[in-house]
Amino acid sequence: MKRWTLRSVTAEAKLLLIGIPVFLWTIIPVYHMFIFAISERESATSGRLWPKNPTLQNFETVFQQKHFYLSHFWQQLGNSLVIAIAAGLITLIVATTAAFAISRLRVRGGRTVLNMALFTYFIPAAFLAVPMYKTMANYGLLNNQWSLILAMVTIASPYCIWVLKQASDKLPYELDEAARMDGATPVQLFRLVYLPLMVPSMVAVGTYALLLAWNEYLYAFLLLSNETDITLGVALGNFLAADDSPWELLMATGFVYALPPAAIYYAFKRYMVGGLTAGAVKS
Amino acid sequence: MTQAVTALPNVAAPASRSLSRWEFWGRLFVVPYLLVFIVFVLYPVGYGLWLARHPASYTKLFDDPIFFRSAINTIVFLVVAINLKMIVALVLSGFFIKTRWWIKALSVVFILPWAVPSIPTILSVRFMLNPEWGVINSVIFRLTGLDGPNWLNDPTLALSLSMLMHIWKSLPFWTLILVAGRLSIPSEQYEAASVDGASNWQKFRFITWPAMRTLYITSTILSAIWTLGDFNSVYLLTGGGPADLTHVLATLGIRYLRLDQMDVAMASIVVALPLILPLVYFMMKRLSK
Repeated sequence: MKRWTLRSVTAEAKLLLIGIPVFLWTIIPVYHMFIFAISERESATSGRLWPKNPTLQNFETVFQQKHFYLSHFWQQLGNSLVIAIAAGLITLIVATTAAFAISRLRVRGGRTVLNMALFTYFIPAAFLAVPMYKTMANYGLLNNQWSLILAMVTIASPYCIWVLKQASDKLPYELDEAARMDGATPVQLFRLVYLPLMVPSMVAVGTYALLLAWNEYLYAFLLLSNETDITLGVALGNFLAADDSPWELLMATGFVYALPPAAIYYAFKRYMVGGLTAGAVKS
Repeated sequence: MTQAVTALPNVAAPASRSLSRWEFWGRLFVVPYLLVFIVFVLYPVGYGLWLARHPASYTKLFDDPIFFRSAINTIVFLVVAINLKMIVALVLSGFFIKTRWWIKALSVVFILPWAVPSIPTILSVRFMLNPEWGVINSVIFRLTGLDGPNWLNDPTLALSLSMLMHIWKSLPFWTLILVAGRLSIPSEQYEAASVDGASNWQKFRFITWPAMRTLYITSTILSAIWTLGDFNSVYLLTGGGPADLTHVLATLGIRYLRLDQMDVAMASIVVALPLILPLVYFMMKRLSK
């Protein structure tokens, strides 16, 4: 039973003085999105703090594709999903192999490859987008989902390689040496020693790439334009084309779009926090 | 005689062959990433620089009043938003390492802006700011009977709000990084300081800050580079408006791209390189130790 001294109460009050604004600041845009999504049209635009008749009707409209802007909702949701998963998987493959070569196999030029990766990591994404658009056009990949997948792999890989290398460097080399003395081939070393030990980092890194691809707007917006090919995020942006779009439907769709990344992040939070900060803080 | 001498290296051959097998596989394992890099980084960057080779593009760029406005907006954005964000992140990092149950719960919620996609949340804020039916002006009206300002129609307000939006989105990530930094400070140092009668400020100045300084500066530099590339916060909130007055370099390049002026788009990026490249070089030196 904690003793409520004046001192401890003021200390707690001071913390709440920080905590409550932080909470409000964080939650207000999300809360607003939610109440907009459960409002009827008139009530949403009346500036209330809680809808007059909260309804799930907007979600019904979204899921049944009952509006012009939503006519390909499920297709676009599927596109987002496919692109995110593909980007996550390919990034994982590219990053684990590269990190293995650099960290365990100590390949010559590994430092250079790492520097190349870091260089890409540090280029502001919006700046790379312009030449990337032209490049994809030159490769004939515009409007092809592969252009977005590979662009996301390009953007996510550097950080993933970095994190995996950091984590991998912490594994003792005696393991590799023991395996080699037992006659392991490089592939066996990769498969049987490296991969099992790297699973937590791989989960963090794969999830990171997946979320990055799902949440991406700029590249999706530039590289894909067919209504049946675009991701859900780009479809949301299309609502803005007119002044009298059904904003409550937009928010409902947006809410659906925002749920998976939040859910996935929280599901893998344990891996994410450790994995990602390991790349930043050299302990 | 010379025959015998040249015969020796051949005896050593089998050992170097097994070494090169590992070297071979090492290189093979790097190939996937190398392919990605060459095809999707080296080529686009090279091609982009090649597209920006005409001096005429730069004349066109500098003749465009939007460009100078964007450059100033970008600098303001960088200087104000990043420092504000990092200072708040530093303060909050001290807050979030405290072990109250509700602080731990709050830290779970706190990550939300970073984890969820930008477009629904930024549009949500955009709607809150709508002068006619947005929540904010409605509350202002109900409380004071006055009409609230037309938030996104005033260039200064609009840019400030974009900055706030950017901070909202990226603050959790940096706070997390700084929390990790704080956690690596041994608590014995704080306990010893308490025994010596140090105040909170002294503890910060003599224990926390020296330990965190490098991480803080590195994070600020990295945040500067990424903020330069933040397209969403400006585009989704203001669209670059009103009247193209809140463009930043990130949105400007895309604007030229959509106007089919590729050469000017690339020129606007090249012009920013003298700012970016030193920062990138600095970061690479810091991290590739």
